[in-house]
Amino acid sequence: MNRQAQAVVLLLLGGAVLRASVTDLYLRYVKEGLRPFLIAAGLLLVVAAIMTLWYELRPPAPRALAPTGEPATDHDGHGHHEPRVGWLLILPVLGLLLVAPPALGSYAASQAGTALNAPQQSDYPPLPDGDPAPVSVLDYAARALFDRGASIGDRRVLLTGFLATGEDGQPILARMVLSCCAADGRPVKLGLTGDVPAGLPNDSWVEVVGRYSDRIGRDPVNDAEIPYLQVESWRQVPTPKRQYE
Amino acid sequence: MPTDEPEDRSAGAVGLATPAAPTSRPAGDPARTPQPAGDPGSRRWLGDRIGSVEVLAGLLILLVVFRDPLAGALDDPRLQTWTTVFVSIMVQAVPFLVFGVLLSAVIAVFVPRSFWARALPRHPALAVPAASAAGVVLPGCECGAVPIAGSLIRRGVTPAAALAFLLAAPAVNPIVLTATAVAFPNNPEMVLARGVASLVVAMVMGWLWLRLGRTEWIRMPRRPELDDPSKGRAFWGAVRHDVTHAGGFLVLGAMAAASINVLVPERWLQTLADNAWLSILALALLAVLLSLCSEADAFVAASLSQFSLTSRLVFLVVGPMVDLKLISMQAGVFGRRFAFRFAPTTFVVALLVAVGVGAVLL
Repeated sequence: MNRQAQAVVLLLLGGAVLRASVTDLYLRYVKEGLRPFLIAAGLLLVVAAIMTLWYELRPPAPRALAPTGEPATDHDGHGHHEPRVGWLLILPVLGLLLVAPPALGSYAASQAGTALNAPQQSDYPPLPDGDPAPVSVLDYAARALFDRGASIGDRRVLLTGFLATGEDGQPILARMVLSCCAADGRPVKLGLTGDVPAGLPNDSWVEVVGRYSDRIGRDPVNDAEIPYLQVESWRQVPTPKRQYE
Repeated sequence: MPTDEPEDRSAGAVGLATPAAPTSRPAGDPARTPQPAGDPGSRRWLGDRIGSVEVLAGLLILLVVFRDPLAGALDDPRLQTWTTVFVSIMVQAVPFLVFGVLLSAVIAVFVPRSFWARALPRHPALAVPAASAAGVVLPGCECGAVPIAGSLIRRGVTPAAALAFLLAAPAVNPIVLTATAVAFPNNPEMVLARGVASLVVAMVMGWLWLRLGRTEWIRMPRRPELDDPSKGRAFWGAVRHDVTHAGGFLVLGAMAAASINVLVPERWLQTLADNAWLSILALALLAVLLSLCSEADAFVAASLSQFSLTSRLVFLVVGPMVDLKLISMQAGVFGRRFAFRFAPTTFVVALLVAVGVGAVLL
């Protein structure tokens, strides 16, 4: 890969990172806080590409006869000594610009064990105001498991998550939790009883309203406890912008 | 001005790193992965009529034309998850890679090399800790440290100090430690443990070299790049080279990591993780095989959450010092006789020190 091709790859990589961070695409892969760094890194890559092209296409000052103008000679001279492994940088460009894979969903959730295996905190603050009270899947699961629902009482809660298949073939409600990027994404799973969402394929996003249920299931993957939710009503919702918790 | 140094390195590195590629291929997109890898060969074959720019343009046109079949091929949930994990590791690591490369280019171009020689104590045994500490201020991943250590030796720094610097710089610099802190938000002691263990390993290896090392093991190639009279040209040349070179290896590492993420069943990792000694050995080997950039490895370590903190510390200490791409880079810069002695010794020392530090701090 000669230097001009490297410049093009850098330009593409910088452009792909910029595009992903200016749109909401990056939220499928990393946490929101990385955005300014992504924009800065993307800009720097674009500048590096422009500077490389600038120095390549400008006649070099001291070496008047350097063959910059003629690519063919350049390859024989230096081009093929440049890092060949750089060709691989096309893959992330491709991944971001052409494929843009979706956020982790039901397949990843079925492969990994539910992420709640140790108490996160000892006492739980009251639920947020409102009826039903909006809570995250992770929050509900932690309150249901480690607090045995005491801080929920018989309040109605509103949860948003995607559907996946549980151990007995019944739909479960799941949400992926990230600590920094999708490589460490782990699912939080909730079993559903009562008015269980039916007729929807896996990965459909639903909003469910329900109450605490004291039923506990087991995750076949890591044998951790899965709390249940008594569903009163549900509706399908469009995929949210922030798919991770 | 490229010299012989980067080319030897990259050629050897590609050769050595290929064992990682087949692992990722079954999980990866079979239609896509071979293409870039096949290009250098086809270019050499077609001689000088078709250059990289033309190959690149053709490749991109093909990709856009076959976009739909490609997207269709990725419908399989396994492939899709693989792609998501791969892209996310890259997106997460790119800022760290770019900032690291920029800062190391600043130091490589605008700080005179003689400065390091002047700054170090004359006595070799004292130069070793001083050089390890100097590694703390040199940002950048291991890919940047290898050529710098080479030029330090060339400038008359004692090899023991240069090698201590080579080991310390990628592991204990501020960017890597910041990345570690970000990746382990609930375990700040991990940052301290990583810094201390890496510094100790670097110094032990420096002193070991003073006792046991032989100068003739090191065979240095000719002058490195960065000697361009125009500072701007040298600077952007260093940035371009390091981003493509280190970035390429990062792609390899991300593909291997994504494959392990998708292919290795959690139950199996669980059985390894349950055995304290087995898990330490497994993660040390994983660090060598994955060859992650030190600026990104903390995020992968954080994702291996079923493993104990000590075994993940071993992963973070071994990774920046010994891995496939480093062994091949060291063989390119210092010679093979050196690399095949230095790397295994470093592996053992890093493993033992990390376990010791983990026992005390974690």
